[in-house]
Amino acid sequence: MTALIWIPLLLPVIVGGASWWRRADGWTRGADLAVAVVALGVGIALLTAVHATGPITAATGALRADALSAWLLLTIGTVAVTALWGGLPTRAARTAPDGRYTALICLFLAAMSLAVLSDNLGILWVAIEATTIATAFLVGHHQSPRSLEAAWKYVVLGSVGVAIAFLGIVLLYASTVAAGTPTLSWVQLAEGGLSLDPDLTRIAVALAVLGFATKAGLAPMHSWLPDAHSQAPAPVSGLMSGVLLSVALYAILRIQAIGDATLGPQFLRGLLLAGGLLSLAVAAAMILAQRDYKRMLAYSSIEHMGIMALGVAIGGPLATAAVLLHMLGHGLVKAAMFVVAGRILAAGGTTRTADVTGLLTRRPDLARALLAGTAALLGFPPFVLFFTEVAIVVAGWQAGLGWAMGIALFLLLVVFAGLARHVSAMTLGPPVTVDPPVAAAPGQDHGAHPLPVDSHTAPLPTPWREPATEPAAKHRQAPVLIALAAAAILGLMASPLAAQLREAAAVLAGAR
Amino acid sequence: MSDALFSQLLATTTGLLLVTAVVQVWRYSLSASIRVLAVQGAALGALVAVLGIERGDAEVLVVAVLVLAMKAVAIPWALSRTATATGAVREQAPLVNPTAALLAATALTVLAYVAGLPIVAVLEGPAASAVPVGLALVLIGFLVLLTRRSALAQLIGFVVLDNGIATTAFLTSGGVPFVVELGVTLDVLLVVLILRVLTSRLQSAHGGIDLDELTELRD
Repeated sequence: MTALIWIPLLLPVIVGGASWWRRADGWTRGADLAVAVVALGVGIALLTAVHATGPITAATGALRADALSAWLLLTIGTVAVTALWGGLPTRAARTAPDGRYTALICLFLAAMSLAVLSDNLGILWVAIEATTIATAFLVGHHQSPRSLEAAWKYVVLGSVGVAIAFLGIVLLYASTVAAGTPTLSWVQLAEGGLSLDPDLTRIAVALAVLGFATKAGLAPMHSWLPDAHSQAPAPVSGLMSGVLLSVALYAILRIQAIGDATLGPQFLRGLLLAGGLLSLAVAAAMILAQRDYKRMLAYSSIEHMGIMALGVAIGGPLATAAVLLHMLGHGLVKAAMFVVAGRILAAGGTTRTADVTGLLTRRPDLARALLAGTAALLGFPPFVLFFTEVAIVVAGWQAGLGWAMGIALFLLLVVFAGLARHVSAMTLGPPVTVDPPVAAAPGQDHGAHPLPVDSHTAPLPTPWREPATEPAAKHRQAPVLIALAAAAILGLMASPLAAQLREAAAVLAGAR
Repeated sequence: MSDALFSQLLATTTGLLLVTAVVQVWRYSLSASIRVLAVQGAALGALVAVLGIERGDAEVLVVAVLVLAMKAVAIPWALSRTATATGAVREQAPLVNPTAALLAATALTVLAYVAGLPIVAVLEGPAASAVPVGLALVLIGFLVLLTRRSALAQLIGFVVLDNGIATTAFLTSGGVPFVVELGVTLDVLLVVLILRVLTSRLQSAHGGIDLDELTELRD
């Protein structure tokens, strides 16, 4: 059983190293997807094994898989398979293989797996910082000035935020040293048996949560997120939005359990409620006024992180289980949506919402996926996000936070209006040919050029390609359709997962 | 080591850490800033060594050598190479004038001593009473990050901030466990190297490393 823990950590490192070494080989194109499939398989196996025999440890306790870790690993695998499968280029669009890209994705997957499988808070921190390192060049992959700008902001803000979390972990360690039991083991810290000094623990936990909240994209520390998630290549955006944010939230969940054990549940509730509501407000305002559909999806991720932060603030078995299911559901849908957004960009050559019109006529395959995905993100039944959002609101109500839930519901309505307006403008209605931009340089008068800002770097956009020119169009829809179908079925058939979810939530509640 | 000697060495190294941080606030010459950063790294390494000798812990001495190699040699060397390659010598027109920046640094140091009170109260001993220096470094690092336009100066601010966290870690608990320390050191080195590469790309994309150029992404 112990071997299961090692697979998602070592396999990506080996495959990544090999892809870097043989970077010109064709097999490196799909190697990251193979790693993701294995991670998903291990996630399922661990979930079953932990359900049967309880937590599994390795490396003298430094690595530990409980129900919560296994659930997160399952989420990482699921989202990675969706994003990477959907991101495979068509035969026609293939460029020379770049094994370094594959290697960075593998490193990224390994870092996220290490974050959820380590029992040591220090190693958890190192792993989360490693995700920033792995994704820095992935965000800047296109090497345009804009992606360079996004990468700079991402690395600086991400590293500084996570550094603050490390200050919190350092102080937490200091408080255990002062108590005579030096440890960074989550299990020991969350048991509450150590007599930690409450003042020091309070500062430590607050700093740690604040730092990881930066990485989770919670307002007001979110400013790097729309830039990074909109400039990265589609599969990377899908991975970052779909699961990296959730991994950061997972760190907050673990820290919260420690705080609750020492200080009681009220301490972090205010902080997380404020962060959650503020994230919802920022996302609502920015989605309403958004002119770029990739940024719109990024703000939608901030919205969903806000919902999840509210769930974490509420705490208790119902809200925690709902947050965990929301992680999986949101990851599936968001990864699929970024895949679709990447294809719209490839087909239309623009990320401006106003330049995408009549998608239902031009590319019905993309339009239908976009509409279904939007419905899922907005929490329409039967998609799983409907059930999880209802569960979080109900749990909030029961916990006496009715006012906060009222504000949240209102902000969700605003998000609904914004997303629905933009997506319907993109899909419904007749296709409109865009006028050439006024600022277009001379010599660009051959047809509409909808990307005036990037015109000096981006290749000229290809005109809307009909699906018929892509023989494999149907087959390429598979990852998106499977992800959306899974998000729809999860909500109705969560019962086989109910026991696992309950256990995962109980891991945290056990500390209370 | 006698208690008096330990206290003196502690005071010297932490004092040097604080002074080198404050100098970063008003020096706008990048090459001088990088030299001061190297001195700060050396002071941090010395502090760790002093703590290691006091505790008689060989592992901490190994960490001291590691810190010295990283913070006093590797990172300043990498930064000065970037400074040479990009031709960035001096920051033009700082956002805040030196006097205001110095006053802000003073205020932040006072704030660090106030905020450090509960920490000093819980952890006893001469090492713990110097913890506010670590917090002051974190805050001053923030100040440098926020008030500088040059990518390299911001990078220096990040390293000062990280030195502050390391100082806090060593003063409060003699450092985090060795494996974690290794991972953290590696992470910080990689972040600095990545930002260095991005700085060079900025130079070739914009012809300069002023971050004011980064205004294309907005809503």
